[in-house]
Amino acid sequence: MSAKDEILGRIRTALADAPRVEEVPRSYRTTSSLSEEELIELLVDRLVDYKAGVDVIDAADIPTFVASKLDAAHSVVYPHGLDTGWLQAVPESVQRHMDAPGSMLTIPELDATSAVVTSSAISVAESGTIILDGEPDQGRRAISLVPDHHVCIVPVSTIVQLLPEAMPRLEVTRPQTWISGPSATSDIELERVEGVHGPRTLDVLIVRGL
Amino acid sequence: MRIALFATCIVDAMYPETAKSTVKILERLGHEVIFPAGQACCGQMHINSGYMPEALPVVENHVKAFERSDYDVAVAPSGSCVSSVKHQHPVLAKRLGKPELKERAEAVGAKTYELSQLLTDVLGITNAAEQLGSYFPHTITYHPSCHGMRTLGLEDRQLNLLKSVGGITVEELPEADQCCGFGGTFSLKNSEVSSAMLDDKVKNICSTGASLCAGGDVSCLMHIGGGLSRSGQRPGTMHLADILASTREMEVAL
Amino acid sequence: MSQVFLGMPAPGAGNLFAEEQFPAAAHRELGNTQLRANLRHATHTIRDKRIRVVGELPDWEALRDAGSAIKDASMANLDQRLEEFEKNFTARGGIIHWARDADEANQIVTRLVRDTGSDEVVKVKSMATQEIGLNEHLEAQGIAAFETDLAELIVQLDHDKPSHILVPAIHKNRTEVRDIFLREMPQVDPALTNEPAKLAEAARLHLRKKFLSAKVAISGANFALADTGTLGVVESEGNGRMCLTLPETLITVMGIEKVLPNWQDIEVFMQLLPRSSTGERMNPYTSLWTGVTENDGPQNVHLVLLDNGRTRALSDKFGRTALNCIRCSACMNVCPVYERTGGHAYGSTYPGPIGAILSPLLTGIEAEENNSLPYASSLCGACYDACPVKINIPEILVHLRGEDVDSKRGKKLLPTQMDLLMKGGSWALSSGNHLGLLEKALPLGKLVAGKDKKIKKLPGIAAGWTSSRDLPAPPSKSFRDWWKSEKEGK
Repeated sequence: MSAKDEILGRIRTALADAPRVEEVPRSYRTTSSLSEEELIELLVDRLVDYKAGVDVIDAADIPTFVASKLDAAHSVVYPHGLDTGWLQAVPESVQRHMDAPGSMLTIPELDATSAVVTSSAISVAESGTIILDGEPDQGRRAISLVPDHHVCIVPVSTIVQLLPEAMPRLEVTRPQTWISGPSATSDIELERVEGVHGPRTLDVLIVRGL
Repeated sequence: MRIALFATCIVDAMYPETAKSTVKILERLGHEVIFPAGQACCGQMHINSGYMPEALPVVENHVKAFERSDYDVAVAPSGSCVSSVKHQHPVLAKRLGKPELKERAEAVGAKTYELSQLLTDVLGITNAAEQLGSYFPHTITYHPSCHGMRTLGLEDRQLNLLKSVGGITVEELPEADQCCGFGGTFSLKNSEVSSAMLDDKVKNICSTGASLCAGGDVSCLMHIGGGLSRSGQRPGTMHLADILASTREMEVAL
Repeated sequence: MSQVFLGMPAPGAGNLFAEEQFPAAAHRELGNTQLRANLRHATHTIRDKRIRVVGELPDWEALRDAGSAIKDASMANLDQRLEEFEKNFTARGGIIHWARDADEANQIVTRLVRDTGSDEVVKVKSMATQEIGLNEHLEAQGIAAFETDLAELIVQLDHDKPSHILVPAIHKNRTEVRDIFLREMPQVDPALTNEPAKLAEAARLHLRKKFLSAKVAISGANFALADTGTLGVVESEGNGRMCLTLPETLITVMGIEKVLPNWQDIEVFMQLLPRSSTGERMNPYTSLWTGVTENDGPQNVHLVLLDNGRTRALSDKFGRTALNCIRCSACMNVCPVYERTGGHAYGSTYPGPIGAILSPLLTGIEAEENNSLPYASSLCGACYDACPVKINIPEILVHLRGEDVDSKRGKKLLPTQMDLLMKGGSWALSSGNHLGLLEKALPLGKLVAGKDKKIKKLPGIAAGWTSSRDLPAPPSKSFRDWWKSEKEGK
């Protein structure tokens, strides 16, 4: 008998008393009534608490802000679906690498890259969570992980208050990364310290009009 | 109202004054108190020690003693014993395959109240000084016992009653919500861990400067009092009922 | 014999056992004042954080209710959920392996690692692999396993055992961690200070090369979503993302109880889990993957589904909700017993209140010293209040005490003092007349107490009480007798 059949058999034996299944009560909050400004304010508050850099900007100002965030960088990687206009103000001195399915950077190359710029799929204001789902403007997971500095664009139209509001807007079978601030640990005396293995700097540009 | 007193075994045998105080308070409010003579114990010691078949006659006895219909509500000066009556009795009956006992136990449980619960929720007492004439000119602190606080959800009922006693000063107890370490036979089987918990409780009580620590369960108070006594510290312990029963005319001595 | 082939739930093995009776282990740990101070500091820090972020959510109780019900529902049809998960995970290129017990899981993982040609793996913190003793097994087979979570790294470098499920090195303070790093990290800066930020940086430098060159990673999973075939890992440091993203091969080991019916259920658990565990609104990183994704992450994705006693726990209808545990550790953080003894006293991978029920449920109450675990609680109920999925831990502790007592019936030559006390108590307390009769002896106790009205030394099992507490002198008359004479004129 295979291990699978045996384990499934054990489960059926264990459940021989046919435990009654109650309907799941879902009276938790699933909709919010916050205005756009309140949503932005909440998200900013959470991200700042996580020690992320945050700016709330207009769409027209993206190139300027992206360039200023990268002023200490010597190189930047971006996913092939990113609006390259966002990088137009980045100085020539900063090497640009586009990461695309046919031409992926190697891990050592990513490690040698200072920063990454991506967009994002959806953000949850209440918990300060930015969700990336591997769309072409966000790229594969490695590019937003290995470089030590992540500049992440959050269009205001993608902000919701509550996690349950985000769920219907996600394609779960795509590889997802939920990011709530830069990497951190609470492993020493349960005191939070920002900056471990993931990008130690997270800059979020919350963009109105996107 | 006709109120059946469940004294609880430990109050009956070790702290009879607390049961008398409970009777006094209720009679002062004009209620009739009866004492079902068959009563003995809720069985919690047996259940919590894992002796389920041995607990069964104890639980059956309690249900039998209190399933009479000649009273309106039952009251006990103990959050822990009331928790057992309300929650453990049906669980035990179910475990031992006694559906009929489970139903009877649930009916008794539904009529049974912890003292502060009865005073606050049923009898509408919000000011002990005015409504009960309670007077106790001492500085006290208060330990909320776990089962009352968590299983019965008494919240601040006991504390609010104490605060409304005439002449009283109530000092807040640091880390009040932490268990004193009693836990029934836990204090015997794991006496060192229990003692470590008790040490902290004793230190916190002494830090308040109160002359006694009040509470709603004599079992926890016996434990805390035993620790205070052994450490040679001044504060004693006193049950909520004894403080509420104290008046200008008949002050309960410290 | 025919029952065996139907699949009889079997006990688990591995690191699930108390190695000595809990009071003896507690005695040793209580004597370690540094440990006591470290634990007190850490548990109090996390309690305050948890209360603050839980208090922010107006629907916390509704989320707990939903979380509890989702888990119950999932467990009630666990066989169907697992088959559904397998179908979806496999359809997207993942490979599933089933393991009846710790040994089988270890063998499967070893084979999978060997097939890659690699002799080392990076690991994301995982309770399941801790439970089965995977690292030790791999080491014996010549495969080096590198823990990458900071606390696991501390424990591994110190050749110690984890003492907490979320923060395995909770028993170490910052200076002790610094000393371990100085001693065990080959290229560490000798001027390393005890600042947590500096220690985290040292860990980053130590592990960076490993992450970037690893061919195989081993992880656990916080949940599996049946209707999509998705796995999820919740973490903070980015070591999880490194392991889940960069290697060519990913092997996940997960208990069969982790499966949730619908992917949308994570909207509940991802609100409950971070707030309950680290006291954060959300953990820094959560990764979700569904089988293999072309051009993104590992291209060889395996999942080992582990029973190891879970079906045994499931068959206990009074204890099975212990399987609903989402490993947040809130129960141990609020537990007054854990706070004073630490996790090592419990022996098993799962310490604290949840461990005190889960370990004996997985192994059977009679296994080794696990019968002492359900007594390691004053039944104060703080764990039940804190549990995000409302596992009634005190009730299950009491249930397992009953299992323990029943398991010994008829097997002892002589009854224990506790047996006699309970037997006598059962007689005395099952009738008002019996109790009344015994109460006639109260004046005797008063006599024993003497002038200062205190009993300071008791014999036998009651000696535990008088080791640190006095007992008051009993009254001369019970309430029952007073009532008879005062109220009934008898």
